[in-house]
Amino acid sequence: MTLISLWYGQNHGLLPMAASNDAGEVDELFNFMMTIATGLFLLVEGVLVYSLFKFRRQKGDTTDGPPIEGNVPLEIVWTAIPTVIVFILSIYSFEIYNRMGGLDPMAAGDPGPQMMAHSHHHSELVALDTSQQNIALGLGISPESQQGINPLEIKVNGIQYAWVFTYPESGVISGEIHVPVNRPVALNMTAGDVIHAFWLPEFRIKQDVIPGRETNLVFTANQVGQYPVICAELCGAYHGGMKTQLYVQTEEEYAQWIQDNTFAMKESGESVAMNPVSNSDTEFLEPYAQDMGVDADTLAQLKP
Amino acid sequence: MQGSTVDNKSQIAIASEQEAEQGHGHHEHPDFRMVGLYIFLISDSMTFIGFFAALLIYRAIMPVWPPEGMPEFELLIPIINTAILVASSFVMHEGQKSLKQNDVGGLQKYFGITAAMGAVFLAGQVYEYSHAEFGLTTNLLASCFYVLTGFHGLHVLTGVLLILCVLWRSREEGHYSASSHFGVEAAEIYWHFVDVIWLVLFVLVYLINN
Amino acid sequence: MSTTLERNAPISPPPPEQNEHPQRKWYEYFGFSTDHKVIGIQYLVTAFFFYFIGGALAEVMRTELSTPDPDFVQPEFYNQLLTMHGTIMLFLWIIPAGAAFANYLIPLMIGAEDMAFPRLNGVAFWMIPPGGILLMSSFFNGAPQAGWTSYPPLSLVSGKSGEEIWILSILILGTSSMLGAFNFVTTILLMRMPDMDIHSMPLFCWSMLATSGLIIIGTPVLGAALILLSFDLIAGTAFFNPAGGGDPIVYQHMFWFYSHPAVYIMILPFFGAISEILPVHARKPIFGYRAIAYSSLAISFLGLIVWAHHMFSSGTPGWLRMFFMATTMIIAVPTGIKVFSWCATIWGGKLSLNSAFIFAVGFLSSFLIGGLSGVMLASVPFDIHVHDTYFIVAHFHYVLFGGSVFGLFAAVYHWFPKMTGRMVNETLGQIHFVMTFIGFNITFLPMHQLGLQGMNRRIALYDPQFQFLNMVCTVGSYILALSTFPFIINIIWSLYKGEKAGRNPWRALTLEWQTASPPIIENFEEEPVLWAGPYDYGIDTESIDGDEDVEDMLAAVTSESQ
Ligand code: HEA
Ligand code: HEA
Ligand code: CUA
Ligand SMILES: [Cu+2]
Repeated sequence: MTLISLWYGQNHGLLPMAASNDAGEVDELFNFMMTIATGLFLLVEGVLVYSLFKFRRQKGDTTDGPPIEGNVPLEIVWTAIPTVIVFILSIYSFEIYNRMGGLDPMAAGDPGPQMMAHSHHHSELVALDTSQQNIALGLGISPESQQGINPLEIKVNGIQYAWVFTYPESGVISGEIHVPVNRPVALNMTAGDVIHAFWLPEFRIKQDVIPGRETNLVFTANQVGQYPVICAELCGAYHGGMKTQLYVQTEEEYAQWIQDNTFAMKESGESVAMNPVSNSDTEFLEPYAQDMGVDADTLAQLKP
Repeated sequence: MQGSTVDNKSQIAIASEQEAEQGHGHHEHPDFRMVGLYIFLISDSMTFIGFFAALLIYRAIMPVWPPEGMPEFELLIPIINTAILVASSFVMHEGQKSLKQNDVGGLQKYFGITAAMGAVFLAGQVYEYSHAEFGLTTNLLASCFYVLTGFHGLHVLTGVLLILCVLWRSREEGHYSASSHFGVEAAEIYWHFVDVIWLVLFVLVYLINN
Repeated sequence: MSTTLERNAPISPPPPEQNEHPQRKWYEYFGFSTDHKVIGIQYLVTAFFFYFIGGALAEVMRTELSTPDPDFVQPEFYNQLLTMHGTIMLFLWIIPAGAAFANYLIPLMIGAEDMAFPRLNGVAFWMIPPGGILLMSSFFNGAPQAGWTSYPPLSLVSGKSGEEIWILSILILGTSSMLGAFNFVTTILLMRMPDMDIHSMPLFCWSMLATSGLIIIGTPVLGAALILLSFDLIAGTAFFNPAGGGDPIVYQHMFWFYSHPAVYIMILPFFGAISEILPVHARKPIFGYRAIAYSSLAISFLGLIVWAHHMFSSGTPGWLRMFFMATTMIIAVPTGIKVFSWCATIWGGKLSLNSAFIFAVGFLSSFLIGGLSGVMLASVPFDIHVHDTYFIVAHFHYVLFGGSVFGLFAAVYHWFPKMTGRMVNETLGQIHFVMTFIGFNITFLPMHQLGLQGMNRRIALYDPQFQFLNMVCTVGSYILALSTFPFIINIIWSLYKGEKAGRNPWRALTLEWQTASPPIIENFEEEPVLWAGPYDYGIDTESIDGDEDVEDMLAAVTSESQ
């Protein structure tokens, strides 16, 4: 039974690929829990199935079973073992969470919702006040990579039903997100209307994007590729269509992309490259673009 | 389960429809209404705790608190109101004491005064509302203020109505006496409860946000 | 112990015909009644009525999800369906069904004639049909579409009139459930027959005590949250609306302060029912009576301090996430005590594999899966990945359907003879079980994988790579829908044609089996007698009773009823 649990815990094949180191650690945690769960599952189901066959009542037998009302040592054992398991599990989860940057010391003080009532322009609804940057609701920088490289900052704005990414360094605005490989990326996120959630399944990270508050996510991709970005909080009828792509690129490709887009934006002065609907390759959404109410106007307004 | 030693006829008679409708059958069980009232008050206080918690969270997390442009609460009327409400609890207790000595007249007198004090409290609150410099939707604190005092006001109103009920019933000879006084006691406990909630509310709404 | 009295009482011949007991007329079930048994059945039938509606909505959803495109229903309508499905299943099916058994069984089990406040009890029931009809009526005017959780700001901007109706109906249903709880607590604590101390009370009563505590403390806070939401919706305040300076996260805290305990409100009554059903059909005493009784209380206490585990990826700071992770995980301990004790109860027994018992075992095996995935969810780093995905949908259907609903069916089969005086048809019952068990696992097992792989919940349109598994789920859900038919046929057929049950067809020891089936109007012909503990199977009662053992007593009871 132990062997089966150990084997299944490692070979369930249930998770998608892992595109960051943190994701790998989360997977190990999951495998560990899967092993324990398989063990407990086999134990309890084993007892049930065995009993169903072994202890069936014989026809005509109307006597009762043995009057066992309890067994204190046994009960202590099955109270103690789960206690120990959940204790280990808590510590282990805590450890992983800390390594992911969930307990980023910067994350301690949440300044609370910003007062948006005072913003007069629709554009200011996205009250990104970087002066209050001493918080992280979400995942911060993990303790190991704290010193050294400074992360690439990207602003994320969630609106019904699209993601808008702004690169403060270059001023690029895009409907899809490009990041260089092996460099920490810090997302500063907020929402323009209702709550959304920014989910990268291949990175095992997710954080609600809340209007009036800023939340953060820091991650480091370790594999070049293209990954889905999914909205995971019900945000209206087309919540299911609120998707885009994350492109993890080499340093050069990324620089190239930034350059192309900076150039394009200067040239037209318009936010051409940013209609997320046509940019994302969710073809099946095309017919609904109209209903989704994401048009150039909305996006233009959101331009800071 | 051991079969009936009682004969069937009497059984059927005992279990007649009418009796069942009364809610209790051949064996009177003791009166649990007081217990029910206490359990209800636990629940009711949880509603208030819910509201208070919301207010306290806002207070704790909002970058600006009290919200910009919010005038200080005018304290004169609330203080008078607090005094009236606290005093009324004592007055009411006198009423209950009178009843315990079988003095229904005393009960009526003191309960009448209590109801009047409750009415004055409500009037004070209406006055406060109509002279406030902020409306329900002005800002968060204002909204909390109206919802909390309003919800509490509804409780005061209920309390006054309960007292009036007791007064109405006490006109009947012998309805309340030293030995039968559930209605009186229930109304009183409820009133004390409303009183205590007010004290908490007074601190949490008026005092700490000024 | 009154057994001294009892011992000498002659066993006189039973009354010739059961029909001589005064019985309720059929029409009384449609009017205002104060009889807890009538009310219990009213609750149960109403709950089943809403179950079929909620289930039918689920089937429409599953049909829509059989293909990636939103082609069968519009996405907006899909959101209305899922909101209504969740709300109906929780507030009009599982919670009232738990209250149904509590109403029916508590007074019988403790030897009382009725509830402490019979009239209040009637009022509590009669709030449910208006609440339910009100909720349904929103379909004509744009149903709510923000999910059963109704998070603002979404709930403030979409389907406003439906949202307001939703709030009102939840307030009505919540009040009803509170009135019920006042009754249960008072009755259990104060109306037990004189000989029954709290530790010889059936475990179902313990679990209802724990449930009622949660209702009394939790529900008012939901009420407060909904009142504030309502102000935002109608009066234009901004408690939860960031556009006016409010904070949506406060709503989430208030909502989950009730709604996490609510999931235990939905499971504890059935934990109690299982504790009754297993010993009877395994002919063994319950294993660890006190451990099970106290673990109900422990679950209910812990249930009050774990709510933010639904908000791990929401506006919850890191250290709070850690706190709620720890408290959540601890719940596995008392629940584990129960699960292991139940297994030990069947171990070495003499099991009758009838419908009630196999549903109870089905309960154990499915709830286990849901519980284990629940503990995984409690682990923050993992929950961050799967929050708001189909993994969650799988988790809660395993606990709610695999747990509560299986437990409920077990309870229906177990107490049907008591409620109606007739036995159910075993063959149909077993067909029902097999179809339900298979359909249930086909429907919900693949959802774990869907969630892990990247399918989020509450969507009408999804990525084509998930089509196959979704198809499997949909097929499973059709089997599940079909599985209801053997049940419905069985119930209707048995009601008229079932074999007569007698007082105590299961030879059970709890007090409800000491009276006629169905019980007479005021429950017991004479004061019931506590001649054995609720689970003293196989125990020679000599210690209590001098010269009669349980077998003799049972024989007497059985002969009497025929
Ligand atoms: C009947 C209802 C019910 C029950 C009983 C439970 C039981 C549990 N639930 Fe579940 N839950 C729901 C209904 C329920 N849940 C619903 C409806 C939602 C979603 C709401 C929504 O968003 O719409 C939800 C969501 C939910 C979440 C949030 C997920 C998310 O949205 O991100 C979490 C996270 O911690 C969680 C945890 C748990 C835990 C730890 C238990 C524990 O009580 C389970 C304990 C049981 C066991 C563990 C099994 C038996 C024990 C043993 C065999 C002992 C040994 C075990 C170990 C040592 C592990 N549940
Ligand atoms: C006790 C609670 C309960 C129960 C029993 C069920 C039962 C079922 N649920 Fe439910 N479900 C929830 C509680 C429950 N659900 C909740 C709380 C949510 C979350 C909502 C939200 O996100 O806000 C949810 C969400 C939910 C989703 C996710 C929607 C989404 O996120 O997009 C899905 C998808 O497959 C689903 C499917 C089903 C199915 C197929 C059943 C099946 O078991 C149902 C089987 C059907 C029947 C048994 C009915 C059979 C009857 C007929 C077909 C008609 C016959 C009529 C007569 C005879 C008159 N449910
Ligand atoms: Cu945005 Cu869902
Ligand atoms: Cu929960």
